[in-house]
Amino acid sequence: MFNLFKFASPASFYPLAGKLVTLFAIASVILLVIGLYMSFFVAPTDYKQGEGYRIMFIHVPAAWMSMFIYVVMACWAAAGMIWHTRLSSMMASALAPTGAMFTFLALWTGALWGKPMWGAWWVWDARLTSELILLFLYVGFMALESAIDDPRRAARASGLLALVGVINVPIIYYSVQWWNTLHQGSSIKVVKGGVETSMTEIMVWTLLIMTFACWFYTIAVALSRVRSIILERESDSSWVKEMLQGAKS
Amino acid sequence: MSEWLAMGGHGFYIWGSFGVSALFMIVEVILVMRRRRSLVQRLGRMIRMKAEVSE
Repeated sequence: MFNLFKFASPASFYPLAGKLVTLFAIASVILLVIGLYMSFFVAPTDYKQGEGYRIMFIHVPAAWMSMFIYVVMACWAAAGMIWHTRLSSMMASALAPTGAMFTFLALWTGALWGKPMWGAWWVWDARLTSELILLFLYVGFMALESAIDDPRRAARASGLLALVGVINVPIIYYSVQWWNTLHQGSSIKVVKGGVETSMTEIMVWTLLIMTFACWFYTIAVALSRVRSIILERESDSSWVKEMLQGAKS
Repeated sequence: MSEWLAMGGHGFYIWGSFGVSALFMIVEVILVMRRRRSLVQRLGRMIRMKAEVSE
């Protein structure tokens, strides 16, 4: 019988994570090649925005990942606080840098898209401001965690910050509906009885492929990072010693 | 080719977006791999040193 809780222990999760890193890295590269090819050679020119809209194929996946990673990170942090499982808070801290990177990239590509379309790199509109707050939440999470020496107390303090910050994610998501923003509405909307979009089918596919590429990239990078965190924290345990004894320097 | 790179006048914005994104993702992968490699070396050295001392 498959025992899920077996992998809740760092010693058995470590080798599994190693295999998953390779798997997701390969999948991500394949999807990135297909997605980039479609972004530039297959997707048609937009009738309103010309070629400039192609920024969407990196901007939207980055923005989605920035919110999605935050929610996943907060869930791991919550799990760590509730069940005191060591691996959970390690997963949360492994996700934070990648989430911060995608948040920055969403802001960066947004600025480069805003300039030709709106005539401004930045405006203090609800969508942009709440996304900037998300970047500060990520940075705050990492800073708080590294400021406290005891790993358990660090995980509890940063986990609490992550949980409180979750309130910002629906604010980002619905900001374009709640407030009158310069930022355009959602490209893909879930409505009663299906999905609604202003894009052509090929644009939707390109966007989805790029999103999955970024998603698999995140899984590969975060799992590789969590393997390092496991080694650091468990360096005194016997399984780490046995494993590394054979390893050549 | 240069016409394609110009992206109808939006070349700077498009390549600035995709270029910086690619750069960040490549650098993050390098940092993560380097951290793992140096950690495995450091811990391996420490463990072998302790083993020699206790022998």
